[in-house]
Amino acid sequence: MRAQTSSLQSKDLLGIEQLSPEEITLILDTAEGFKEVSERPVKKVPALRGQLVINLFMEASTRTRVSFEIAEKRLSADTLNFTASGSSVEKGETLIDTAENLMAMAPDMIVIRDKHPGAPKMLADRLPASIINAGDGAHEHPTQALLDAFTIRERLGRLHGLKVSIIGDIAHSRVVRSNIHLLTKMKAGVTVAGPPTLMPAEIEKLGVRVVHSLDEAIEGADVIMMLRIQLERQGKLSFPSLREYYNTFGLTPQRLRRAKEGVIVMHPGPMNRGVEIASDVADGPWSVILEQVTNGVAVRMAVLYLLGGAHAAE
Amino acid sequence: MNLLITNARIVDPSQRLDAKSDLLIENGVIAEVGKRLRGKGETIDAGGLVIVPGLIDLHTHLREPGQEHKETIATGTRAAVAGGYTAVCAMANTIPPNDERAVTEMIIAESARNGACRVYPIGAVSKGLKGEELAELADLRAAGCVAFSDDGKPVANAQLMRRALEYSAMLRIPVVAHEEDLNLSDGGVMHEGFYSTLLGMSGIPAASEETMVARDVLLARMTGSHVHVAHLSTAGAVAAVRGAREGGVQVTCEVTPHHIALTDEAVRSFSTNLKMNPPLRSEEHRKAVVAAIAEGTIDAIATDHAPHHFDEKNIEFDLAPFGVIGLETAFSICHDRLVRRRVIDLSRLIDLMSCSPARIFNLPGGTLRPGSPADIALLDLNARFQVTNTFQSKASNSPFIGETLQGRVVATIVGGMVQYDLRARAPLPAGKPRKRKR
Repeated sequence: MRAQTSSLQSKDLLGIEQLSPEEITLILDTAEGFKEVSERPVKKVPALRGQLVINLFMEASTRTRVSFEIAEKRLSADTLNFTASGSSVEKGETLIDTAENLMAMAPDMIVIRDKHPGAPKMLADRLPASIINAGDGAHEHPTQALLDAFTIRERLGRLHGLKVSIIGDIAHSRVVRSNIHLLTKMKAGVTVAGPPTLMPAEIEKLGVRVVHSLDEAIEGADVIMMLRIQLERQGKLSFPSLREYYNTFGLTPQRLRRAKEGVIVMHPGPMNRGVEIASDVADGPWSVILEQVTNGVAVRMAVLYLLGGAHAAE
Repeated sequence: MNLLITNARIVDPSQRLDAKSDLLIENGVIAEVGKRLRGKGETIDAGGLVIVPGLIDLHTHLREPGQEHKETIATGTRAAVAGGYTAVCAMANTIPPNDERAVTEMIIAESARNGACRVYPIGAVSKGLKGEELAELADLRAAGCVAFSDDGKPVANAQLMRRALEYSAMLRIPVVAHEEDLNLSDGGVMHEGFYSTLLGMSGIPAASEETMVARDVLLARMTGSHVHVAHLSTAGAVAAVRGAREGGVQVTCEVTPHHIALTDEAVRSFSTNLKMNPPLRSEEHRKAVVAAIAEGTIDAIATDHAPHHFDEKNIEFDLAPFGVIGLETAFSICHDRLVRRRVIDLSRLIDLMSCSPARIFNLPGGTLRPGSPADIALLDLNARFQVTNTFQSKASNSPFIGETLQGRVVATIVGGMVQYDLRARAPLPAGKPRKRKR
């Protein structure tokens, strides 16, 4: 399928929920072109020259922040990284005041990571800059879902009709929500798996199958996506111990024997080796985990370009 | 001061009255209701407006003392009269809390000085609202408290709740229960259900309320005391109250206008004016609450008016404080959603908002019988208007800004004095701050 549309509806990317299948396809197609840029000896295009992008990271992040920054630099944007620690946020400034002050310095785009759901929307409603959600609490992480889709499409050639199983802490994962929106919009079948204590209420209403067995989730899946278990949840009524979790839901080569030929294993990172995933799987032939990271740059370039560059070029 | 209001439709459920009639006020007291009355003082033609007993709110946060940046007794009672309320019951979670006589006396004195309507303090159940030891309940009662509540917080300790119920039965006033199991709520910020899952927010399950209602009706049965369930919001709580009452337990309950009118779906906007506790529930729960109003399980509609400063609400949803204002929109919301849509008739609505609250807390008012204080509200049932963000309250954290509603409070008279008059041309004489003796 090639893109049926040439621009995004909104000035912002707040989530996958608001995107149409055509817009998703447009972003993925655009990312293919940008992936090629990253493979050149001179990895730079002038698409966002003269534009200022602020990376407003109110919560710790390695992968996403670095990936956005590389994407911005490869598009020739001026970039500025802003983190909560060491800033006036520590003096009690509110997010809105911080953002309005940054806005007074005329950025074209703000990439925001925040632990509070809805924080990107709060900025999008108030600021003229394009807001890109780089993860808001357990709500959405749209560029992660887009890079996951890009990786699946690159490996398996399509999204339509595939069976994708997402396994782990479904309740607290923004990655799973964005992925469910994206995959169901693109007509892939989604199964979520994990203990009932890590399963949010009424998630089946999002159009997914819910199972509580790793084997059931693995069987017949084209894609297995493992989610990070937050270690601090151990013993806090979510599950009894990491040991038991690994024995019940940890993905090992033995458990993968049930899987379909050609299955790919994904993980949004950061991984807990020996908790949700065995090293033999993470580093094994099934794994596309580092490809996800590579593709993240291309997908974020596409998003930045479509929200900033494409408009500027008009 | 005397006042004759002619040509009104008088609706008074306490007398099963709904008729075209005149109403005569003499010396702050209702002197007569009937046809072709003659009065000595001023006469007003109500032009077909509806006169009802002044509304009584069982659940108001006036914030004074301690949080005057949110609301004061003066501004909160002005909001009350703008909503047709002639009396409000002030919750105890002020700073310091109303857990001792001096605070009760301060609230009563300030209300007499600057209040636009009657204010009945609710005393704390426990010292410091800490849920550990009983406050001096008899002393609070003697100072003028009309009920006891740690509202804002549940009484987690069942033994403390039992003792509070026993002791307040001796004092013949109810314990008002904020029903919530904080372990089940677990830091949640909205109703636990599909929308909390969609939005990635931590949820407060219906069972958080339902388990505590179940506990408290059992304790009310055991102690033979009167428990009043505050801001009931779930189907399971409705069932628990209904079942207990059928079993003879002395239990009453209230619901808020926002739980009648709104559901958790609205939280998709991430507006902090949709954040309150108990949270907006799912459509299934909302329907159960409305059905319980129609069938008579719900005794009262109370606002849980909870003003917050703009700055406090102008932050991320999960950081914002719980609470919305409600006094100025309560009648219009309930008229629009319940009477206009034919769930109940006007008489039943006035019973829920005035007569029944008076009975539950054993307060004066809630009636237009001759000899009662002249606490009345004038209503225009045909007026359609849009709620704007200008309020008499100091706060503007209303979930209803922008809503178009039918049915509006036109004027409010407290003790014979006009305390609110919507119309600039002032068809009624302007009131002065009311002097009141308790």
